[in-house]
Amino acid sequence: MSDANLTPKENYTPGNHPDLPPPPGTIGTIGWMRKNLFSTPLNTFLTLLGIATIWVTIPPIFNWAIFNSVWNVASRTECWDQMAYPNEGACWAFVQNRFLLLIYGFYPEPERWRVNLSFLMLILAAVPILFDQVPKRKWALVYSVAFPFIAGWLLVGGFGLNPVDSDKFGGVMLTIIIGVTGITFSLPLGVVLALGRTSNMPALRIVCVLFIEFIRGVPLIALLFIASTMLNYFLPPGSQFNLLMRVLIMVTLFAAAYNAEVVRGGLQGIPRGQFEAADAMGLKYWQAMRLIVLPQALKISIPGIVNNFIGLYKDTTLVLIIGMFDVLQIGRSSLADAEWSGLANEIYLFTALFFFACCFSMSRYSLYLEKKLHTGL
Amino acid sequence: MTEVQTDQNQVRSSREDDDIIQIKEMHKWYGEFHVLKNINLSVKKGERIVICGPSGSGKSTLIRCINRLEEHQKGKIIVDGIELTGDLKHIELIRKEVGMVFQHFNLFPHLTNLENCALAPIWVRKMPRKEAEEIGMNFLERVKIPEQARKFPGQLSGGQQQRVAIARSLCMNPKIMLFDEPTSALDPEMIAEVLDVMVELAEEGMTMLCVTHEMGFAKRVADSVIFMDGGEVIESNEPNEFFNNPKSDRTKLFLSQILAH
Ligand SMILES: Nc1ncnc2c1ncn2[C@@H]1O[C@H](COP(=O)(O)OP(=O)(O)O)[C@@H](O)[C@H]1O
Ligand SMILES: [Mg+2]
Repeated sequence: MSDANLTPKENYTPGNHPDLPPPPGTIGTIGWMRKNLFSTPLNTFLTLLGIATIWVTIPPIFNWAIFNSVWNVASRTECWDQMAYPNEGACWAFVQNRFLLLIYGFYPEPERWRVNLSFLMLILAAVPILFDQVPKRKWALVYSVAFPFIAGWLLVGGFGLNPVDSDKFGGVMLTIIIGVTGITFSLPLGVVLALGRTSNMPALRIVCVLFIEFIRGVPLIALLFIASTMLNYFLPPGSQFNLLMRVLIMVTLFAAAYNAEVVRGGLQGIPRGQFEAADAMGLKYWQAMRLIVLPQALKISIPGIVNNFIGLYKDTTLVLIIGMFDVLQIGRSSLADAEWSGLANEIYLFTALFFFACCFSMSRYSLYLEKKLHTGL
Repeated sequence: MTEVQTDQNQVRSSREDDDIIQIKEMHKWYGEFHVLKNINLSVKKGERIVICGPSGSGKSTLIRCINRLEEHQKGKIIVDGIELTGDLKHIELIRKEVGMVFQHFNLFPHLTNLENCALAPIWVRKMPRKEAEEIGMNFLERVKIPEQARKFPGQLSGGQQQRVAIARSLCMNPKIMLFDEPTSALDPEMIAEVLDVMVELAEEGMTMLCVTHEMGFAKRVADSVIFMDGGEVIESNEPNEFFNNPKSDRTKLFLSQILAH
């Protein structure tokens, strides 16, 4: 067949042809809209429906939350006095009024700098763990490992600082303490449990299986009740084992059992050949695990682990059942104040936004990590 | 270093002659299944041995017994004067001296090619990272892909990956190299580049045990060819005799099958 047959009109000779621009309307904004928003009648309809929904819902929300909202007043009555009708706008003055309580709980005011300092140090400790391009990362990590002890000392006091009883802890501070402790300790513990469960030493395996299955089979609330009451029976009489400490342990164990199962799933995703190659080159069991198997297994497990972390972080609110004042409980009990009662929307929205900000950050971080660790195989 | 050597001298008391690998009346079972039957094999230093045979005949199992990826239940395997027993110390010593190349490469996908190479020298030989990476670079040059050092295995073609895998094994400066069908998972146009590397290695005097059906390779470098079937060594001969004058019917059948195409 000759060229003339292929392109009868132009007699297209073979060789180098310049790149032509694509037809109009297939690229750029118009092309994108055509393809994604108006490709079919149904798609067009859904696009319009979406726009209508946004049109109907967003302005009222903005009006309530921002344009008609009231700040800097001393009670609900004063709030509503400024509105055309009650609850026309948000009474953020309520959240404003309780803000310090929501953040610090009942932590004594003159000592609150210790909470602030701990929070600052927490961020400094988290950075080298979360990002590996930190300069002098090894030393930074030494600090990260030391941080829990420093923070414990700062918050609880003693050794030169005024002691603060841990039942004064509350609000965002308490939520972060429980959440961050649970997250940081449950992952390594989960990894150890997963390795134990997949090990070929029967005794170790059975212990790990029993532990994981027991913890997973019991509601967290039940474990918290156990922490608040039953543990007293097991501890020597008269010993005052701090309630917060018990809660931290329970939450960590609970999350660890879940993480163990996610990590076990990751371990199963590692091909036999990886273990064999590691063995064949003479690596010892722990070297093979640390250098070859776990980095890959944990990478596979990132979505599941972060899912557990997010679940754990939100489950910290359950401590209100055993009488601890986390941020949600502080909000709830603020509603009992006659000056402010009836402003549940404001306080719960604040709480929801706080949790959303934390959990959404975790979710974004996990996406970043997945992308960074992707190496094409 | 000296500590390791005294270690080796202690366990090397069982050394008898110059064979670097001795397998004596070795049997292996998978559960009830008798997969290797009465294997006797000795390999001298610098000897190149090609093992062939139909699929499922126990070739992989045999060479995997040599570095204890599989455990044998009866008989003796002595590698470089060290007997393979349940003793972890013996196993570690042997694995340091025996490199292995797998059909599916088994590179570590989360490490760059250079890190793959430097890993064992750093962690098993306790070498400083810099020195290990120099060695890694050296061997990547030897297998002609130094430019891929900073890439990840997943970004390479199959042939390149297998060459990285060979370089990775060589970085441990092994006395023996085991190959388990190193070219079977490769597209035809990539087989040659891997075989070239293996031929070079053979010509440098490396002791090699190679499971392969590349008969050209066998003819070119092998000192002897072993034919296995049903878990037994059926025939073992130097390549010319083996290909031109096979003794058993099973060997003849096998050769006719693989040479047919
Ligand atoms: N882990 C195992 N458990 C049970 N049987 C196995 C196992 N590995 C291999 N086999 C069996 O042992 C026989 C020999 O396998 P193999 O050594 O891989 O053969 P080859 O490499 O010659 O193809 C095959 O029949 C195979 O099914
Ligand atoms: Mg095989």
